[in-house]
Amino acid sequence: MIEVEGLTVRYGGVTSLDAMSLTFEDGTCGLIGPNGAGKTTFFNVLSGFVRPAAGTVRAFGVDLLSMAHFRRARWGVRRTFQTEQAIEELSVFDNVAMVHEHSGAGAGSRRRDVLDAISFTGLDVSPETRVRTLGAGQRRLVEVARAVVGQPRLVLLDEPAAGLPDEETSHLGEVIRRIPEHTGALTILVDHDMSLVSACCQTTAVLDFGKLIASGPTATVLRDDDVIRAYLGVA
Amino acid sequence: MGRPQLIRWAVIAALLLFTLFGLPQLFSLYYIDSLTQVAVYSMVTLALGVLVGRVGLISLGQVAVLAIGAWVAARLLFATTQPYPLVLLEAGLVTMVAGTAIGLPALRLRGLYLALITLMLAGAITVVLATVNFPNGGHGFTGYNGALINIPPIRRPSVAGADPAYFRYSVLIAALMFLLVLAHIRTRPGRAWAAIRQSEPAALAAGINTWLYKLWAFALASFITGVAGGVLAGAVHYLYSIDFPTQDSIILLAVVLMGGAYSLWGAVVAALLYQFLPALLNNWGVSADWLTILFGLGVLQVLTTAPAGLADQVPKDLARLGRLLLRLRRPPAPRVPSQGGTA
Repeated sequence: MIEVEGLTVRYGGVTSLDAMSLTFEDGTCGLIGPNGAGKTTFFNVLSGFVRPAAGTVRAFGVDLLSMAHFRRARWGVRRTFQTEQAIEELSVFDNVAMVHEHSGAGAGSRRRDVLDAISFTGLDVSPETRVRTLGAGQRRLVEVARAVVGQPRLVLLDEPAAGLPDEETSHLGEVIRRIPEHTGALTILVDHDMSLVSACCQTTAVLDFGKLIASGPTATVLRDDDVIRAYLGVA
Repeated sequence: MGRPQLIRWAVIAALLLFTLFGLPQLFSLYYIDSLTQVAVYSMVTLALGVLVGRVGLISLGQVAVLAIGAWVAARLLFATTQPYPLVLLEAGLVTMVAGTAIGLPALRLRGLYLALITLMLAGAITVVLATVNFPNGGHGFTGYNGALINIPPIRRPSVAGADPAYFRYSVLIAALMFLLVLAHIRTRPGRAWAAIRQSEPAALAAGINTWLYKLWAFALASFITGVAGGVLAGAVHYLYSIDFPTQDSIILLAVVLMGGAYSLWGAVVAALLYQFLPALLNNWGVSADWLTILFGLGVLQVLTTAPAGLADQVPKDLARLGRLLLRLRRPPAPRVPSQGGTA
């Protein structure tokens, strides 16, 4: 469980997150909102790239904000980025092993854990394949494999399906939905694809201009008048 | 190990054996001396390749780091009777500490600013070395005696006194340094460096202590360059600060980019461009100064058409040429008359 209390982030005169208070229960949670709503800023706070002006984040009872950014991965934070970050010059195996060896999981189980993470994503290529030879959907799966390896506690997925065709998005959704049961990690999915969010997330929170405007069961939230107004701009 | 990897290692072993035993038979002493310099500078370009190609750190101070290694080795060789390999190790370690200290304040910087800082620091080191002078058999900390008339040469290892033997010795040390880098890039630090080069935020999110791994790269590059300085000391016998001009670091970066900063072969190509090409031109009576223009054009060409350098481009071009020649030799396939009617 992650408890966010009064989280505020300011960039100069712009308030990116405005006293956000929210509790993420275990499972897969959606985080949606129009562009500039503060979703990636929230992820950046959890990753340690942005220091909030105010507020606290307690993840499974631990004060996450007091931890150095690179130590958060060892604790169990995993993250993907809007722009795909699989390392082209490394093999699929090395991409995932790179995360495992900084995760705090023992080296003894590395090979097994890495292959297990790759097979979990359903990536149907040899682990020795160089990432530069893979297609966009396959690279996204490599990123998901990196996010689930080495006992993660919190998996943050930032628009993992951006630019993917429907078929690959639906496979990716299938994989994302199974992350909590496979790893035990709380997963937060940011995406603009509502069908993906509906398919993967039991609960969803909505941000608009840095403010939390709705949260609750996904189906209810997506029918919420404020949410529809924020997305469609209806007066 | 798979079959292609076995073939690759066999080719490398054959090339190394040919370099060690074939080249000294084929070339005159003039070229053997030049090839010894190639071996020395292949370590320097290898180290710069680690920084630029693997981690994305641009350093314009490598010639000064090389000078530190050469200075330490020369001092130890004059002052002690330690075996040569031990002196090389010590020169590498002292240079590693010095190079890392240079890298330390620069770690918060990237790109142009890092390049500028390293260039300025290199300039400062060159000034200090010009004042302190290289050891020439004198006493005291600096080991320099300006009044000395019969300056003794810097000694070489007893097994490699003659030029061809010292060439082999240099190649073996260089091969060891290449193996050291290979051991890094195939394992944990190599993966961490690849992640840092791709994206520092993504590397941090993956739990990589980017500060530590960048420092590690600086330490490794400085160690290798220090060892290269030690080998250089024995190769030339006499060292002068004028041999390490600051601007040579810029040329060094240019040849590393031309050779290919992303591959280990690129380091060899870069060293050949940097040391063998001038020797070749000198022998043909052409001024090596023309190379500054050639390297400028070369970098322009590489950056626009072959970012991975000659080490990547030449094999691809040769393969393309081979396919073209095969196609020309083979008669065109006879035309098969179409059967059946149209739909």
